[in-house]
Amino acid sequence: MENKVYKISKLIALLSLGLTVFLASCEREFSDDVEFATFPPNGDVFIDNFSPGLDFFPFVGDGADPQAFSVVNDMVFSGTSAMRFDVPNFGDGFVGAAFNTTANRDLSEFDALTFYAKASQGATINEIGFGVNAANGNRFQAAVSGLEISTRWEKYVIPIPDASRLIDETGLLFLSEGASFEGDEGGYIFWLDEVRFETLGTIGQPRPAIFSGQDLTEQAFTGSTLNVTGLTFTANLESGENQTVIAAPSYFNFESSNTDVAIVNELGEISVIGAGTTQITAILNGVLAEGSLEITSTGGLPFAPTPTVPEANVRSIFSDAYTNATASNFTPNFGGSTTETSIVSNNGDNILTYTNNNFTGIIFENTVDASSLGFLHVDVFVQDGTSSVDIQIRDIGPDQTLETDVNTGLPIGDDADFRFTLNGLTQGQWTSFDIPLSGDLVNQRDNLGALILVGGPNFILDNIYFFTN
Amino acid sequence: MKTNYIKYVLVLSLVILFSCETDEGQTVATLNTLVMAEEFNVDGAPNSELWNFDMGNSINGWGNNELQYYTDRPENVVVENGVLIITAQQESFDNFQFTSARINTRDKFEFQFGRVEARIQLPVGVGMWPAFWMLGANWEPLEGDDDPTTVAWPAPGEIDIMEYRGFEPTIVHGSMHAPGFSGANALTKTFRIPNDRLDSGFHIYGIEWSPDAVNFYIDDVLYNQITRAQAEEIEGANWVFDDEDQEFFILLNLAVGGDFVQNPSSADIINSGALPQRMLVDYIRVYQ
Repeated sequence: MENKVYKISKLIALLSLGLTVFLASCEREFSDDVEFATFPPNGDVFIDNFSPGLDFFPFVGDGADPQAFSVVNDMVFSGTSAMRFDVPNFGDGFVGAAFNTTANRDLSEFDALTFYAKASQGATINEIGFGVNAANGNRFQAAVSGLEISTRWEKYVIPIPDASRLIDETGLLFLSEGASFEGDEGGYIFWLDEVRFETLGTIGQPRPAIFSGQDLTEQAFTGSTLNVTGLTFTANLESGENQTVIAAPSYFNFESSNTDVAIVNELGEISVIGAGTTQITAILNGVLAEGSLEITSTGGLPFAPTPTVPEANVRSIFSDAYTNATASNFTPNFGGSTTETSIVSNNGDNILTYTNNNFTGIIFENTVDASSLGFLHVDVFVQDGTSSVDIQIRDIGPDQTLETDVNTGLPIGDDADFRFTLNGLTQGQWTSFDIPLSGDLVNQRDNLGALILVGGPNFILDNIYFFTN
Repeated sequence: MKTNYIKYVLVLSLVILFSCETDEGQTVATLNTLVMAEEFNVDGAPNSELWNFDMGNSINGWGNNELQYYTDRPENVVVENGVLIITAQQESFDNFQFTSARINTRDKFEFQFGRVEARIQLPVGVGMWPAFWMLGANWEPLEGDDDPTTVAWPAPGEIDIMEYRGFEPTIVHGSMHAPGFSGANALTKTFRIPNDRLDSGFHIYGIEWSPDAVNFYIDDVLYNQITRAQAEEIEGANWVFDDEDQEFFILLNLAVGGDFVQNPSSADIINSGALPQRMLVDYIRVYQ
């Protein structure tokens, strides 16, 4: 034995020497004798106790109940103890925690996170997986959403999308479960036991997907940023069932067919950098992902015409040319709204982009008194389609409350509005409108509180302000 | 260090060689003379000097309520890059919703006794029922024929070297059918391959057929032995497998649906999204 120990230390000495030589001459290749340091390939998470370095980090900041977790020995699948989670009733918080280790692991030889689970009633765990790791921005997070567990101990398998990425992991387990709404299951218990990373060898048919497996097309312009969404990894388990895992972008290698038009970083952020067409695809561990995005960029977005009205004659809602008269909420998230709104910088000029609009609004935080003003100005840009967008200018009255008949969409109470159609839009151009504050606003425009936007193609707005000549 | 390693390898291989010695409790056929080798080395349709096509859906889905229509089109059966590919497709074809293929060596290669093996990668998914199997050469088709020497199943005997259910990607079935033990009462055994899957790579499926016993193996694992003695414990059993001149022919097919795979509906199979599915056969070899 002693002899053997001596040999190993000699080997280490030799290796260190090799490393020194390498450091001294930067141009040299690694010697075949050099072995790179790796973290221990320990797959244990919780067998009968916390595995080395493991600790419990409840998501307290998000409202998780830190008391919900305990280690018990009265309900185990195997051995002496198990993990118990008490799911609170609706409104009393939720079970949410990460189990991270300070003893970093090399998980690259495993193909799944497995565990046994049982619940006091049939239940669906909202999210359970691994890879929550603040140090690397959850780069390799993977989780099953909506895992159904029963009242008897059963084994569950969460396939690893690409284990070769997991050479330095600390996030061994995380979960989140709670009553998401009145009537959702709550006030029950579930247990986990024998939680470990395993090499099953029985996981097959890998099917990664981006954009939820759909082939999408989108118009964009130079300077805009889009995201690769709907990233999943589906594999067939020994049971014959397919299991889908939500996979972090860094598991994928993204590709843009024309890097003069757009490039993608490892977080799945697409930067549009030129005019033309490109297709965004992805590969996960050598398998082409289902789904793609074809981006047609019309090049740089022109600036909207610079306003010329003197600031003294303006009460501005959204424009880089004027100081805002009030802050506004551009994403009111009305029930039933499908609209995606974002404020994007076009070479320093902020613009408002609207996608998939059915109806949305701009809600002023403070009302605007436009008694002395006669018009609303707005600049509209469309990239495709030349149909119209409807705009409603709303006065919310002395009670300062937006009041709408939910069936007709018409103002009620002390509200009044004027409706106008933005038409004659030209593809690839800004069109400017000066809308007179007419109709019911002729006599009531001292509490302007909102603009409502209805329908239309995808459009961009800029320079929204009330003014008088 | 290196020398030691090689020594270990030598010791290990010796152990392996010694462990090949037969267990006295088993009947083993040691057969090393290659009498037939189909390597699928010529691209195109399967070699017509060896293979026949079974077409259509026969009677009641080949007697098993199978849902596919068998064709001889390359969409369903073709040799490419040294591999036979049988493909199950979802398509409307002669009032069926699925097509696939079944080929056999009847009248072209028939034999009795020996070691038969094939290297196969299996499909996966609801309704997939691939098989590598044999029937007695005096088998009478379900539709009947004019040949007085043929007899209705199960009298000719059947040896299922490999059967598999697409919803159990790690389990192989080996079975024998003959009078007294057929259909649901066949002599059968399953084997679950450890730490691997049958659809993710090629595996060797074979039997060693001797007069009084048939051994079933996958790769280097012998997992089933069915003996005459075992069969003859069954009332009315007839061990036809060593009858004089009782030769067998070989079949390869990929069925869709049917009794063996628990009769999924066409909609279940289509909605699973698994089709098309392929069964790949690298070779079939027979030793005597």
